[in-house]
Amino acid sequence: MDKTILDVQNLRIRYAGSPTEAVRGVSFTLGRERLGIVGESGSGKSTVGRALLRLLPGASITADRLRFEDLDLLALKEREMLKVRGRRMSMILQDPKFSLNPIRRVGDQVAETYLRHFKCSRREAHDKTIAMLEAVKIRDAERVFKQYPHEISGGMGQRVMIAMMLLADPDLVIADEPTSALDVTVRLQVLTILDSLVRDRGIGLIMISHDLNLVRNFCDRVLIMYAGNVVETLKASELDQAQHPYTQGLLAAQPRIGGPRQPLAVLDRKPEWLKEQA
Amino acid sequence: MLFSRLRLAGVAGQLGSIAVTLLGLLMLTFFIGRLMPADPVRAIVGEDATRETYEQVYTSLGLDRPLYEQFIYYLGDVMTGDFGTSIRTGQPVIEDILQVMPATIELATFAIIIGAVLGVSMGVLAAVNKDRWPDHIVRVFSLFGHSMPIFWTGMIALIIFYAHLGLVGGSGRMDQFYIGLVDDRTGFLLIDSLLAGETDVFWSALNHLILPAALLGYSSSAYITRMTRSFMLDQLGQEYVTTARVKGLSQRQTIWLHAFGNIRVQLVTIIALAYGSLLEGAVLIETVFAWPGFGQYLTSNLIIGDMNAVMTCVLIVGVIFIGLNLLSDILYRIFDPRTR
Amino acid sequence: MTTVPQRRSLPGFLIALKNIVAFLLRSPTSTFGLAVLALLILTAILAPFIATHDPYVQALGNVLQPPGADHLFGTDELGRDIFSRLVYGARITLTIIFLVSIIVGPIGLIIGTSAGYLGGKFDTVMMRITDIFLSFPSLILSLAFVAALGPSLNNAIIAIALTSWPPIARLARAEAMTFRNADYIAAARLQGASTSRIIIKSIMPMCLPSVLIRLTLNMATVILTAAGLGFLGLGAQPPMPEWGAMIATGRRYMLDSWWLVTFPGISILSVSLAFNLLGDGLRDALDPKQMNRR
Repeated sequence: MDKTILDVQNLRIRYAGSPTEAVRGVSFTLGRERLGIVGESGSGKSTVGRALLRLLPGASITADRLRFEDLDLLALKEREMLKVRGRRMSMILQDPKFSLNPIRRVGDQVAETYLRHFKCSRREAHDKTIAMLEAVKIRDAERVFKQYPHEISGGMGQRVMIAMMLLADPDLVIADEPTSALDVTVRLQVLTILDSLVRDRGIGLIMISHDLNLVRNFCDRVLIMYAGNVVETLKASELDQAQHPYTQGLLAAQPRIGGPRQPLAVLDRKPEWLKEQA
Repeated sequence: MLFSRLRLAGVAGQLGSIAVTLLGLLMLTFFIGRLMPADPVRAIVGEDATRETYEQVYTSLGLDRPLYEQFIYYLGDVMTGDFGTSIRTGQPVIEDILQVMPATIELATFAIIIGAVLGVSMGVLAAVNKDRWPDHIVRVFSLFGHSMPIFWTGMIALIIFYAHLGLVGGSGRMDQFYIGLVDDRTGFLLIDSLLAGETDVFWSALNHLILPAALLGYSSSAYITRMTRSFMLDQLGQEYVTTARVKGLSQRQTIWLHAFGNIRVQLVTIIALAYGSLLEGAVLIETVFAWPGFGQYLTSNLIIGDMNAVMTCVLIVGVIFIGLNLLSDILYRIFDPRTR
Repeated sequence: MTTVPQRRSLPGFLIALKNIVAFLLRSPTSTFGLAVLALLILTAILAPFIATHDPYVQALGNVLQPPGADHLFGTDELGRDIFSRLVYGARITLTIIFLVSIIVGPIGLIIGTSAGYLGGKFDTVMMRITDIFLSFPSLILSLAFVAALGPSLNNAIIAIALTSWPPIARLARAEAMTFRNADYIAAARLQGASTSRIIIKSIMPMCLPSVLIRLTLNMATVILTAAGLGFLGLGAQPPMPEWGAMIATGRRYMLDSWWLVTFPGISILSVSLAFNLLGDGLRDALDPKQMNRR
């Protein structure tokens, strides 16, 4: 692991009007690697992703440290944050059916990222976009450029999303359940495209997912979250040596081809896991 | 090709249901007309006509026939553009109405522009600041506009802005001494005066238009504000708004470049409907401002009981309403790429 | 047995009402609305005790007096005390609200629930008729009715009622359609309850709360329409102290005697604003999405 891009210490997030914190003291660092954040619904994993981009209106975010490269994310003014989002840090959202603007052409939406951050002609942005669409393995990019989101498939939509988020060449990409909304058949394809682009360009990746197998295959390191806490951090290759009973439970609940034909284990949750990790 | 044919089929089906509604509309105005206690024959022949004359007119009006037959005759007349003659002016009612209509359209169009700009911007402001003080202020301000009796606000505004401050023109469409100076070409005074090159008349007309139009616009903005706010709130909860923010767009850019595009179609629809309800306010405000338009024509005929004129006015408002509904539907189909 | 849903819904409805009022009182704007309405009702009931003068007695030696100690809001062109006329005018406003409600509520409820429950041709025809009524702005249609019936307060009330039942019927129909296939309706039918009995005993009580709320929402429009008719000389006739008509007669003197039009206008404005604020609060109170967010 080379230079650290992201350093998070004791991150706490509380939504407006909520009595409890959604994220309670999360700490981790990230280099130019692929980090998976795994947890069940409501464990706060997506909230962490959005907090890094400061896209949680009304929520209060505190941390001992929240550094992204040379920036203190908590101290940054909103105006400066606009130059970070999309350009240096971006996020791939879950479902292209909802995350693309239904009434604007696909290509214009992708090109917008480039136009927002670089002074250039429309022509130049168009060419960059076409090249990027081709990089995410879209054949006939010129045609797709002119289509509307409802005219393309989900797998194609998610590739468009990847193109949009990588176009300005960011240093960190957060992928928030990037394949959960897709057909099983195209998941692997989309992930492979994302994986190769991230590796080639040396981009730091945070992959937020509830799918332990997926994260194991596509990440270097895994953070296990439960109820707003990180319960365990492991290398993806050493997942089987997990110490925490919650992680062990998650692993036991995974079906495996060729595994014993018994009913899958049911997770049991213990109240003491709720206490914060020192 | 196939899509455009489907679209046409949709419009055709709609035209069918509109025809039924129109027929109902005619029935309604016809029967309201027959409800009246005043005797239409007396109105024509006068108080001291002989019995024969009375009978003759009674028969010539078709009043001796059963109601449904009378209705069919009425229908036939309407189809051929004959809405009867005004007792007061002796002219065909429809000609009278066509003559006063431009004044009302000018007023209502100006008002809807004011109402739409005010309503949309307040609605967006309220949605973006949901449950914070700008939202509450917008809510009270727009409900206030919706609650005022517009004929009263018109008077108060005349007292303040015309009588005391002298900022705007008073009653009528222009200052007295300009009347008759400009030829009636389109009936829209702002356009006619410019066509004639009479800028003085233009400014006078604008000066007279601004106060009633602003009041009408303000009163109609409540509905537009509320709908804009709710449409916008829907959009702001959508994921594509987050996408735009992730790309680095500011909140303002996200709202106007992304979210607003998605409510545009709905806005056109409700603004078209608001335009229709403006006619209601126009009836009252025209009375206060002595505006020689449709509303004043309607109320002055109401008071003298000229039912031909009144019923034709009511019918025309109904037709305008249906037409606006159809128009907003067509605009919807044109503007939304998903229906293409 | 078919009365079971009714028996269950009634206390539930009262609890809901209590919750709604509690919710309304949390917002300052709705509280204002409730307060103005309470004031209106009290004024109307206690009019003889609140009024300082007889609202009809003319004093030609004392016309167009500005507001002062003798006459709180001044006097009109016939020397009548404007404050007292406004106080008695509250009775007229309340009468309009009350009469329109008891005409429109039942008509809308009966037509709407029957159309929704029966469906078929009856439903199609009824909804087509509401469509026709809805294609007019309510003031214009009321104008037409009053013109045909002749100008008077009673005819104005009839005209307003005739034009404001369609939205209520629409709402009741939509509600009735959601209950039509409920199991307890099927149970009532299996026990041999007649159609009219099911509609009256089982469907109507369920639709009643939302119809009542919708009536409240419509009241601001009703008041403005009534005032507009009064102003045009088609509603209450002189010398009745109806607020819209008072403005109409005061119009001639408005440049010199501003109080003639100002105070009746403020009265109309406050009552219609009160209903609008109340309606807005009710909308929030009944919107489950809003409730969860708070």
